[in-house]
Amino acid sequence: MPPLLQADGITVAFGGRRALDRVSLAAEPGRVTGLIGPNGAGKSTLFDTVSGLRRPQTGRVRLDGRDITREGPARRARRGLSRTFQHLELFGRLSVRDNLLVAAELGPRRRHAARTADEVLDRLGLADTAQAPADALPTGIARLVEVGRALVQSPRVLLLDEPAAGQDAEETERFADLLRSLAAEGTAVVLVEHDMSLVMAVCDDVYVLDLGQVVACGPPAEIQQDETVLAAYLGEP
Amino acid sequence: MDQFLAFTVVGLSTAAIYAVIGSGLVLTHTTAGVFNFAHGAAGMLAAFAYWQLAVGWGWPVPAALAVVLLVLAPAFGLLAERVLMRPVQALGEAERLVMTVALLTGCIALARWVWDPNTPRPLAAFLAGEPALRLGPAVVTWHQAITMATALAIAGGLWFLLHRTRAGTEMRASVDDRALAGLTGADPLRAGRLAWVLGIQLAAVGGILIAPTVALDAQQLSLLIVSAYTAAVFGRLRSLPLTFLGAVVVGLLEAYLAGYLPQNDYLPGLRLAAPALLLLLALLAFPHRRLPGRDRTLVRVPLPGRRGGLVLAGCVLAVALVLVSVLTEDEVISYGTLFPIGVIALSYVPLAGYAGQISLCQLSIAGIGAVVWGHLGAHGALWALPVAVLVAAAVGALVALPALRLSGIYLALGTVAFATVLDRWIFTLPAFHVLGVRISLFDQGSVSVAGPDLFGLRLTSPTDLVLFSAFCLAVTSLGLAALRRGRFGRRLVALRDSEAAYATLGGRLLAAKVAVFALSAGIAGLGGALYGMQLQTVTADQFSLVAGLPVFLIAVVGGLGSVGTGLFTGLAYVVPVQLLDGLGGWAQNLPALLVALAGLGFAHSPAGVIARLRAQWTPLGRDRQLLTALLGVLALCWAVAVLVPAGGRPALAAALVVAMVLRNRAAARAAAPADVPPEWWGVRRPWRPEDGEVLSRATAAAS
Ligand SMILES: Nc1ncnc2c1ncn2[C@@H]1O[C@H](COP(=O)(O)OP(=O)(O)OP(=O)(O)O)[C@@H](O)[C@H]1O
Ligand SMILES: [Mg+2]
Repeated sequence: MPPLLQADGITVAFGGRRALDRVSLAAEPGRVTGLIGPNGAGKSTLFDTVSGLRRPQTGRVRLDGRDITREGPARRARRGLSRTFQHLELFGRLSVRDNLLVAAELGPRRRHAARTADEVLDRLGLADTAQAPADALPTGIARLVEVGRALVQSPRVLLLDEPAAGQDAEETERFADLLRSLAAEGTAVVLVEHDMSLVMAVCDDVYVLDLGQVVACGPPAEIQQDETVLAAYLGEP
Repeated sequence: MDQFLAFTVVGLSTAAIYAVIGSGLVLTHTTAGVFNFAHGAAGMLAAFAYWQLAVGWGWPVPAALAVVLLVLAPAFGLLAERVLMRPVQALGEAERLVMTVALLTGCIALARWVWDPNTPRPLAAFLAGEPALRLGPAVVTWHQAITMATALAIAGGLWFLLHRTRAGTEMRASVDDRALAGLTGADPLRAGRLAWVLGIQLAAVGGILIAPTVALDAQQLSLLIVSAYTAAVFGRLRSLPLTFLGAVVVGLLEAYLAGYLPQNDYLPGLRLAAPALLLLLALLAFPHRRLPGRDRTLVRVPLPGRRGGLVLAGCVLAVALVLVSVLTEDEVISYGTLFPIGVIALSYVPLAGYAGQISLCQLSIAGIGAVVWGHLGAHGALWALPVAVLVAAAVGALVALPALRLSGIYLALGTVAFATVLDRWIFTLPAFHVLGVRISLFDQGSVSVAGPDLFGLRLTSPTDLVLFSAFCLAVTSLGLAALRRGRFGRRLVALRDSEAAYATLGGRLLAAKVAVFALSAGIAGLGGALYGMQLQTVTADQFSLVAGLPVFLIAVVGGLGSVGTGLFTGLAYVVPVQLLDGLGGWAQNLPALLVALAGLGFAHSPAGVIARLRAQWTPLGRDRQLLTALLGVLALCWAVAVLVPAGGRPALAAALVVAMVLRNRAAARAAAPADVPPEWWGVRRPWRPEDGEVLSRATAAAS
């Protein structure tokens, strides 16, 4: 049984520099997979490659065993892959609810788009903000809206790029609960995050990326002990 | 062989002019970050100024040249940079584009105002009296020789400036990154200013050199720029050597086509349209890097409520009823065009307002709607109207195909090229056959257009037609409001705000873009058909690129995201012209100039006038008492206008004054203190429907 999402030997180069060098990563339903690494390690680039916005020079992306490397982003989305963006890509002129509606209307539950959107708004505690224009939101809330927009598509694989940046401790706690409940529902969650305590608290597996290469992977407890990781990443102030 | 050489010489000397103009364009684009649509118009003004000094006032040629090139052109450049471009520098690409389009319209209007277009103004070539030079078998006139030498000198001078002087280094630094250039000690502002001065000087040189070989005509000279655009696009708007190469290609192509194209009715237009066709090809063939910096300021797209839409539709119908009851038949004909123009302006709303695609060829597409209706609906058959709309929509879908590869100014340029091809070639064709179907456009003259037959009710009188167009405008406005509230409208806005997010959510970019182009072209086609009915006969120049620019500008000023733009554009396009009509000939070009000024003033209200008006008038709309009073006064004024001869204008003035007074009363009554700071609305407390209005009223008051 292959993993639900599998990236295999992905290489992406910008000019001569390799942002990703034969990176492999797997994500399983019901688990939260962490992806950590210092700034510029290539985490967002890996998400771009998996979601179809960027073609890798080498390597394959498989979903459910099917090779989707050559498919466009829209195709992959319809196969159940959703993502959020580190540099917010909200539909700024639409209201929060309309942001979710657009996504719901493109997703598998398009017949009940309005109901789906309202459910997700409630779940994320965004009901009061529903009518506000998206470009008027503080960053923390905007990130949450990005998550909501991905969620209304009931994805099988959910890629989250620093979704909790800008949240306070209490909000982060609630967000951790959300991630656990999503995993419990059977979603494969991949989480890029700089907040180590969040990563250690919710992730089942953690990949460490440094300078475009996977330098370690394993359960969080192991990663915390790993010498190379300490050197590459955690040792940093 | 001699003939070939002669054509080559002509081609090279034209090429030299395009190279000079094109390099000015590249200079301002790369250094100042502005693609100047008015670049050719600046050259045109220089040519007129030169004519005025050298011929009109009989100054010696060197003195005239010195004044134009060393005083007037730099002054124009500095003025444009300081007054027009700097305020919009921080705004998006689209705003800067609007400014230069406004400048283009303004320059043409100004030239027509100062120099009556009906007087011929011959301009002699340089050293026209001297015998031509013979270089082996080739004959070169002095004017041609001077032209080519000037281009070579300018090429050398530019190279020296950019690579050997400090100012040049600054200019090159600004090209890559304006912010970064600042860090290295270069001054992007000064570099930009220098680029504007040099750019306009180059345009002036080009304008003066080309004027003797073509007629001194404001519009024609301004549009010669299309050839220079082509040259600049060869250089990808950034490389000067490639721009020179592009100029040679365009110049030679034009000369050989002129020389060798067989003479018949179909092909002369092709020669004129060749640079535009080449521009389209070049745009599609070369990959384009956008200037750094992402557009963050976007056209607002207010969500029209059901009630708001109905109020708007009611206003449209009320305006129509007032017009037909108050005006004489002749006046109804001239004022009536406001409704079709409004429909054409509405075609910008989904395309440019929602989806952010800038098209400058909407009026040209309206022309297609007009001729299709003119021919098929000659007897008023109603089915021909949807056919006209569909044909226009199909043409729009065709325009969408290049749009998939182009964005921003490149798309705008592509639509300019398309409109130019229509103007210069397609619209001038006689009837022809494709697959056995006879296709006939303007029949090399004018096409008469009949009114429709509404199930046995033949609409022929101006009054009928005005009411019909007003009905169509009202329905289209309502339709677009519904579109904006619905799924497709949301998708278009989403697509513009983030293509990446739209695609990763499963949206198909291709389908959405083709659909919105077709939809907007269909609306334009309907507008064109209605416009034709109102005018009764149509000619190609009523639907030209230049004729379409004011409509675009007014729609921008109104606000491309609002469905009220239709009525607003119609009123603003038609009413001032008619009101000023009584003032005699000198006022004729005033409206065009006003439009340009309004477009230039747009920098100070980028959200659009309609959003402002809405914010200002909503309190009155909510105040039962004052609203009733207003309606009463309006009814009274209307009665006066109908019953009292010559009471129209005073009644209009009185109605406006009373409305303003009531508006201010209502605004004063409605002012309420805010509880939570506005940045936290929707976060600390629920977002309320009226919040948007309150905010925009506050912004309107602050600006
Ligand atoms: N479009 C691009 N062109 C050139 N280089 C790029 C581009 N996008 C990313 N890079 C480079 O690729 C490397 C990886 O970038 P990426 O954004 O994937 O890092 P990241 O791990 O997400 O970092 P961060 O934690 O800061 O988000 C960086 O060195 C970056 O400079
Ligand atoms: Mg990143």
